[in-house]
Amino acid sequence: MKRQQVMVLYLGSSALDSPVIAWSHYDGTGKNHHMAGDSEEVPYHSGLDALLAGWRLIQASPLVSHVSGDEFRTDYLKYEFFFEKWLDCDE
Amino acid sequence: MSDNYTSSDNYTGSDSYTDSDKNTNNQSSVESGLPLLSSLDMATFVSRGFLRMDEVVPDALNQAFLQSIDHREDSDGQSVQEHYQRVMDSSNVPVVNAGTPLFAAYAADSALANVLAVPAVAGAIASLVGPAPVFDHHFLHMTFPASFYSASNRPQASQHTHQDSTIDPRMAFDMQLMYFPTDVTLAMGGTRFVPGTHLRVVSEAAIARYQNIRGQQHMVCKAGTVLFLHNGIWHGGGLNRSDTIRYMFKIRMAPSSRQTRLWDDSDITAAHFQQGPIFWTGANARRDPIHDILTTAEPWFEADTGRLEYLNRIRLWRYLLGDKNFDADYWLTRVENEYV
Repeated sequence: MKRQQVMVLYLGSSALDSPVIAWSHYDGTGKNHHMAGDSEEVPYHSGLDALLAGWRLIQASPLVSHVSGDEFRTDYLKYEFFFEKWLDCDE
Repeated sequence: MSDNYTSSDNYTGSDSYTDSDKNTNNQSSVESGLPLLSSLDMATFVSRGFLRMDEVVPDALNQAFLQSIDHREDSDGQSVQEHYQRVMDSSNVPVVNAGTPLFAAYAADSALANVLAVPAVAGAIASLVGPAPVFDHHFLHMTFPASFYSASNRPQASQHTHQDSTIDPRMAFDMQLMYFPTDVTLAMGGTRFVPGTHLRVVSEAAIARYQNIRGQQHMVCKAGTVLFLHNGIWHGGGLNRSDTIRYMFKIRMAPSSRQTRLWDDSDITAAHFQQGPIFWTGANARRDPIHDILTTAEPWFEADTGRLEYLNRIRLWRYLLGDKNFDADYWLTRVENEYV
């Protein structure tokens, strides 16, 4: 049966070939238990590098207009890209 | 913590600020002789959201604190919950109402009162939240080795990245003091935090999805180290892979008056309020070091919103200076230059 691995990359801009600034992994195979603070090295230098490594892009942040009066507020990381892999697993 | 960057030509304020505006409470800080933070320290706190003082608390005091919490080396097969209950039942950490004046929160000559009275610590508190801060809450954070989790029947994991409390859009800030009474090795899962995230307005655990962020720091330190954090900084407890409980005692405190020039601002010069060339700077450009601090990027900055962080920092620096015209690299002047 197949299980999904999810990787979330946060990039420096909306361009998929811009640098990775933050990352998360969730492994549906159960082989790895990733958690906050568990790595210091970016898994890929850019989103494009992840594509070259076989990850499939399934979601990208839209570009959202700035609300009047709130143009300068910063909050969540802006350029979030979800990738997946499907792996064969034993029952 | 850092050397003054000038020894002469002291500047007492810009047009929008006079000595009479200065918080009168600050006078008591100055007169008390506490070693207040310098302007470089404060600008660093404004930009990065933290200051760190290594081994600032003497070891005798660390030992007194550990004794006050009834520290023991072994778990006796206790679960995390059982151990917390035992410490709450047997420690001398007081139960204190929110809103209590900070310096009334701890019995005179208790370990915690003495930690707060360490001159460098007291000076930093006075510089950041004034001479009369208000106690919000405190907590003894313990990060447990794997053995405690086998007794708990729950998986051992690091704490999700979060911002404390809830959405907080204020310009004023609370300060969270983190005191590490023992050595903290990398394996012990010291507090993880991300410099420069403190001015982002987010909703507590909404950022839990972010596992790793470039530039994140993990507290590795000797006993007696104190971390001073802006209440907004993104952080989380680490995973303890050692055999020893890792302690961190946190005190959240709030200012009781406006945070204007509470630090030792005698190193601010007239040059601090002048603009210099941008980009095309010539070969021998000299810049005010605080301007540099306010416009230095963190490794995680996005290309566009990293610039917004400069604006956030400059706004906070204006607030703390009591000077609505201060700017660095024209970031705010440029977007405020409008004629109606």
